[in-house]
Amino acid sequence: MENDLNLKATELRLGLPGSDEPERQMIPRPNKRTLSDIVSEGSTSTTEEDHQDTAPPAKVQIVGWPPVRSYRKNCLQGKKDEVEGGTGMYVKVSVDGAPYLRKIDLKVYRSYPQLLLALENMFKLTIGAYSEREGYNGSDYAPTYEDRDGDWMLVGDVPWEMFISSCKRLRIMKGSEARGLGCV
Amino acid sequence: MQKEMAYSFPDEVLKHVFSFIQSDKDRNAVSLVCKSWYEIERWCRRKVFIGNCYAVSPRMVIRRFPEVRSIELKGKPHFADFNLVPDGWGGYVLQWIAEMAGAYPWLGEIRLKRMVVTDESLELIAKSFKNFKVLVLFSCEGFSTDGLAAIAASCKNLRELDLRESEVDDLSGHWLAQFPETCTSLVSLNISCLGSDEVSFSALERLVDRCPNLRSLQLNRAVTLDKIANILRRAPQLVDFGTGNYAAELQPDVFSNLAGAFSSCKELKSLSGFWDVVPAYLPALYSICPRLTSLNLSYATIQSPDLIKLVSHCPRLQRLLVLDYVEDSGLEELASSCKDLQELRVFPSDPFGVEPNVSLTEQGLVAVSLGCPKLQSVLYFCRRMSNAALVTIAQNCPNLTRFRLCIIEPKTPDYLTLDPLDAGFGAIVEHCKDLRRLSLSGLLTDHVFEYIGTYGKKLEMLSVAFAGDSDLGLHHVLSGCESLRKLEIRDCPFGDKALLANAAKLETMRSLWMSSCAVSFGACKLLGQKMPKLNVEVIDETEPPDSRPESYPVDKLYIYKSVAGPRFDMPPFVWSMDEAVKILH
Repeated sequence: MENDLNLKATELRLGLPGSDEPERQMIPRPNKRTLSDIVSEGSTSTTEEDHQDTAPPAKVQIVGWPPVRSYRKNCLQGKKDEVEGGTGMYVKVSVDGAPYLRKIDLKVYRSYPQLLLALENMFKLTIGAYSEREGYNGSDYAPTYEDRDGDWMLVGDVPWEMFISSCKRLRIMKGSEARGLGCV
Repeated sequence: MQKEMAYSFPDEVLKHVFSFIQSDKDRNAVSLVCKSWYEIERWCRRKVFIGNCYAVSPRMVIRRFPEVRSIELKGKPHFADFNLVPDGWGGYVLQWIAEMAGAYPWLGEIRLKRMVVTDESLELIAKSFKNFKVLVLFSCEGFSTDGLAAIAASCKNLRELDLRESEVDDLSGHWLAQFPETCTSLVSLNISCLGSDEVSFSALERLVDRCPNLRSLQLNRAVTLDKIANILRRAPQLVDFGTGNYAAELQPDVFSNLAGAFSSCKELKSLSGFWDVVPAYLPALYSICPRLTSLNLSYATIQSPDLIKLVSHCPRLQRLLVLDYVEDSGLEELASSCKDLQELRVFPSDPFGVEPNVSLTEQGLVAVSLGCPKLQSVLYFCRRMSNAALVTIAQNCPNLTRFRLCIIEPKTPDYLTLDPLDAGFGAIVEHCKDLRRLSLSGLLTDHVFEYIGTYGKKLEMLSVAFAGDSDLGLHHVLSGCESLRKLEIRDCPFGDKALLANAAKLETMRSLWMSSCAVSFGACKLLGQKMPKLNVEVIDETEPPDSRPESYPVDKLYIYKSVAGPRFDMPPFVWSMDEAVKILH
């Protein structure tokens, strides 16, 4: 059994010809949780102890795993509700100024801080903290959502469970525009 | 070579002979015999299949095959099904339609899979092809019912409209009413993916009424159970039927009406739909169960006893799709009742739950493997597995062609011995000599890849997740699997070495996907540089890969062979490693 790929025999190598291939370390990306952070050993624990500093406390689902298509996942939830968006599953997220929509699965998150962190990472922007009195004042961006009645609300105004069952789509507005919404 | 050979056939004769050759492989072989055969063949090729829409450009296809009547295109990589491919990645069909509109006025059939289809594209199809017959949009997105209205209104001889598993912006159910009264040609209509609460049911009824050749009809969830009988009585010739939601308060007259309607369908062989099932209505199917060869209950949230009762009435079943509510007991019943079973798919009812919610284990699959000797295709989600079970399955079912096992928790070992599942999957590839498709899961080391490379000579598609220890694993697959066309890998410690050492192999494959692995940006660039026949694309939504050191691993990598060069429609988060493109940047 070979334990060496005999890289030198192939044409392709990294580094200049004549020099040995430099030893490369795996550099972990900032904010990226390694697999061991995400997946607990064995099968059944859901507790906070699996994770280190940067990771959110509860067990968060891995993107795209298990490999079940979204329309299937949605069908197993709200039986009478519409397949897309009505029960807070896959919702479209738009960001003012960005040309591309994204879709996220709200079921993956357990709380507002988790969701906001994910949005910040996904779109490379800062949303900051929510306060009941002031909404997201002071942030560049404010997350808003359209609920079942078609109203646009500030994310965080209602309890989490109510939010995920009524959120149809998300829109991350520029902070200045969002001041009309929310409690202030 | 003499210009005129005494024994050469006139073109018309060759054309006639070639018309009997349907398979692409054979047609391609024919075209390689000599220049004149190439010429004759290309003028009479009517059907083109393009497995990767970026492997070739529309213009190139049109140039070589000027008289195409039927085209099939596939867009996004398979892992797009699981949200690993960001929105906006690509797979747009519009340019293809636009070019074909001019070149193929007689184009009659368009089949698309995982492509972005806009209303504009649909309107263009409706406008451009006078003889348009077949539109299949499989797992597509980007269009609304407005686009469908255009198709319905304009395509006078439409035979097939199949929207399976697509994402449609449901603006209004009235598009169905756009089918003119003169349209009587429908053979197949699949609208099961539509969400709208207002499918214009009266329009649907009238359409079904006037299409005597309708063989296949799949309704959407919004159509209620009481409406089924009306539809079936208008179309007793149906061979394939998909219900809407199958729930209603149990009422004797509704039940007997439904049972009567089903029993009048003497040709019905295949059923699907069954959202929200009320078990009391299942016996309405009993009269047709003996003829059923295909049953898709994968949305039916009914429990094992009801499933067992139903399945035991279907001795001719060849294909069963079901949720894991079927449990081991249900699968044991299946194994004893359905000796003709060829395909089984068991989906998870609670994919994100941590504790098992049903009693479905490896035992169910073992039972089916024992009882169903014709089993060829398996998709199985479960929470535990053992090497012993896999070996048994492999020995019982040497004719397996597709085996996809998903043990829900990544890196789960053999539950009996706590060993990796290398030996089990090794037995699968060793015994199942015709295996074409394999998906792995559970705890796996490089050994499993050694088995796959050694025995998986007919393997065409391999899906790998959370497996392997080192580059050796990837090397075994790339160097050993002679028939490999598609390889998709996520979250494995595979890096530069194996990829670069097997770069030439990539030119013989359709595509390679690697995400959350250990391939460095430098290696990607090198591949892009050295392999002009490959498109090497790096996907990174957070920042440009060249803003980090070259040794940094890329997030997602998609490599595919192409004669069209780098594509022009890449979004900002996709970077091509092609040298020419880099210069322009």
